[in-house]
Amino acid sequence: MLTLADLRIGEHGEITGFTDELLSLKLLEMGCLPGTEVILTHHAPFGDPIALKVSGYTLTMRREEAATIQIKRK
Amino acid sequence: MANVTRIALIGNPNAGKSSLFNTLTGLNQKTGNFPGVTMDKLTGIWELEPGRNIEILDLPGIYSIYPKSIDEELVINILGNPQHPDYPDMAIVVADASNLKRNLLLFSQVRDLGIPTVLALNMIDVAENQGYVINSLKLARELNVEVAEINAKKGIGVGGLKLAVIKTLKHRYASNDALPLSVADELIEDVQKQFGEADPYRSLLWLMEHDRMKMFNQEQRESFDHLLEKHQFEPKKYKSAETVKRYEQISEVVERCVINLNRQWDAEPVKTWTDRLDKVFIHSFWGYVIFLAILFIMFQAVFTWATYPMDLIDGGVAQLNDWLKGILPDSPLTGMLTDGLIAGVGGVLIFVPQIAFLFFFISMLEETGYMSRVMFIMDKMMRRFGLNGKSVVPLISGIACAVPAIMSTRSIGSWKDRLITILVTPLMSCSARLPIYTVLIALVVPEKNTLFGVFNLQGVALFGLYLLGFFMALLSAWVLKKILRAKERSYFIMELPTYKGPRFKHVAISIYNSVRAFIFEAGKIIVAISIVLWVFASYGPGDSMAKIEEQVRLKNPSLTGVDLSNKIASEKLENSYAGHFGKLIEPAIKPLGYDWKIGIALITSFAAREVFVGTMSTIYSLGGEVDNENATIKNRMRAEINPDTGKPMYDAALGFSLLIFYAFAMQCMSTLATTYRETKSWKYPLIQFGYMTTLAYLAAFLVYQILS
Ligand SMILES: Nc1nc2c(ncn2[C@@H]2O[C@H](COP(=O)(O)OP(=O)(O)OP(=O)(O)O)[C@@H](O)[C@H]2O)c(=O)[nH]1
Ligand SMILES: [Mg+2]
Repeated sequence: MLTLADLRIGEHGEITGFTDELLSLKLLEMGCLPGTEVILTHHAPFGDPIALKVSGYTLTMRREEAATIQIKRK
Repeated sequence: MANVTRIALIGNPNAGKSSLFNTLTGLNQKTGNFPGVTMDKLTGIWELEPGRNIEILDLPGIYSIYPKSIDEELVINILGNPQHPDYPDMAIVVADASNLKRNLLLFSQVRDLGIPTVLALNMIDVAENQGYVINSLKLARELNVEVAEINAKKGIGVGGLKLAVIKTLKHRYASNDALPLSVADELIEDVQKQFGEADPYRSLLWLMEHDRMKMFNQEQRESFDHLLEKHQFEPKKYKSAETVKRYEQISEVVERCVINLNRQWDAEPVKTWTDRLDKVFIHSFWGYVIFLAILFIMFQAVFTWATYPMDLIDGGVAQLNDWLKGILPDSPLTGMLTDGLIAGVGGVLIFVPQIAFLFFFISMLEETGYMSRVMFIMDKMMRRFGLNGKSVVPLISGIACAVPAIMSTRSIGSWKDRLITILVTPLMSCSARLPIYTVLIALVVPEKNTLFGVFNLQGVALFGLYLLGFFMALLSAWVLKKILRAKERSYFIMELPTYKGPRFKHVAISIYNSVRAFIFEAGKIIVAISIVLWVFASYGPGDSMAKIEEQVRLKNPSLTGVDLSNKIASEKLENSYAGHFGKLIEPAIKPLGYDWKIGIALITSFAAREVFVGTMSTIYSLGGEVDNENATIKNRMRAEINPDTGKPMYDAALGFSLLIFYAFAMQCMSTLATTYRETKSWKYPLIQFGYMTTLAYLAAFLVYQILS
């Protein structure tokens, strides 16, 4: 299954679901909804955390959190 | 205060609530361009109409009414409980117009709670820069709410906001009893039967968040749990489904009311300034380099640029003293005024330029939005040591003062991350340590030398001390991480705000406030302790003090003049109460290289470390060696001779040992009290005091033994 953590800088994806129930509410509230398009824009030194553009703003999260977001390529 | 209308400012973190609060009330609530600046509630007065004052309540930011951290919990405890003393008559939801969908999620929740609401669209300028055009009339109609466009930073749009508020207060929004997602009627009925009538959505909030609501006791919490079980209701599922549903509705509304000019012609949105700056500032390599460079420049500035105004102040105070001594009669009273009071006040004033520079840099970091970039690039490293990217804010503001820094940990969601951050934050060198560092560095680090011919070596030493504090904080965090048990998982999901130009007025106010606090708050403590110390150092047990003069004359018949009076003065100090205290602890601190005089300074510093310099000047001015020229504390300490070796007392070994001791020791009552308040237990301030003081002792011991 492809997750957000698999994207490389500049790549797009579309959110399809979540694998972690605890985190999913926080992510949903921050605008990571199924069907939303995301672009990976940066990663911090050593590749973690990552920054992405989602619904028009920049959101950052750790790689392990990104790995709970399932995506499909656009 | 019955019948005073109260309006709460609700909104996402960093939406501009505190800026609006300042605009409306004329107060100076702290603002900054990163999520999680405001950590506590604050009330102010807004003149809505001539003769009609209402209360405005500024609150921490929240993303939804389902809290994830302590600061968010505070807001929900107010909004969810109509009996709460701060419960508002109305809410202004401050929304960041450049991020409308996410901000409207909260708006729709607050309104469903049954609170009359006005929607304030803030940061219109940012939205326009990104190409958004918002039809706010249409938005108002679609959402059935009064909408006002404002710029909280510049204070634009307050008139429209007033109208919207007045209208809403008059007509009051009638909550339509609909729930975002329907649930079994019996569930709501059961909640209402047991806990009283409330809007259905509020009843649901109680049911789902009862553990975080302080209005319920243990017994009530258990009956909530029974209800959840009885109705097979799963809060997590409901909240997620609710959020998705709300976003669906909001998306449709936003689709109709907002157009994005950039998107019409281009598939890709245009690159904004923020995108360009982030290319370097959060670059995986240059990000660190730039951060270190910024810190380095900051400490160079604090040490070198500040010396010019400091020399001016120093010279000014000395001239004033000379002038006063010239015109006043030579009496003990004159001595107390000039060498005591004015020298003491000068001792505080001289550090003002350094404090001002320090606060200038910190508030620039906060205002521009760079602070959240630091959180981003540091998270990985922080995590290794049991901290969190969000710990960066407390650690950096700990450079100013640990008290607000510890409060700012409230936005850290995981308790273990938060606790560790609280415990190690006081290891960051706060501004009260700056005077100590400055005086001691000047004694042991040569002034003329430079590193690579550019950097002032004393500035480098200062930077080194700050880094040392930081690394010791990391190390202690790592040890604590191994000891403490984690209750929940740590996470780091954070918004990166757009860069914003600093408001120099705000920066100036922040500098002014901290300088004032430094002069008056620290000044008060310093003066108070100096007076007490002066008494304890001038009087001794029994009539021992009276006999000293005689004894000294008898024992040293060859001494005359200045030498004689110096000898008498130092013997007197040694036999005073303060001298006895110092002698009492001397055996314990001897291995660190300290004598009983430094012992006295250590004792007085335990309440507040800022008194160190003042104590030293009192001790050395009472203890003899008074040649009136060059009687600054630095010179007095430089002239001090070690009686055991006959060499200067303040050599490198003692100087560095003292520096290290003050860098690590927990010598601040206010910090301990804050730790108690934030952890609600005496255990943690005690741990903090214990480990830091032990660390200081051992490290100073090592340094002295190695260097001497
Ligand atoms: N460009 C622009 N900047 C604004 C506007 N309103 C506020 N700001 C800036 O946005 C940042 C955040 O403002 P605050 O008032 O601290 O935000 P807050 O909602 O109180 O944030 P928290 O206390 O963290 O929840 C500050 O840097 C403000 O100067 C605006 O209308 N336009
Ligand atoms: Mg605020």
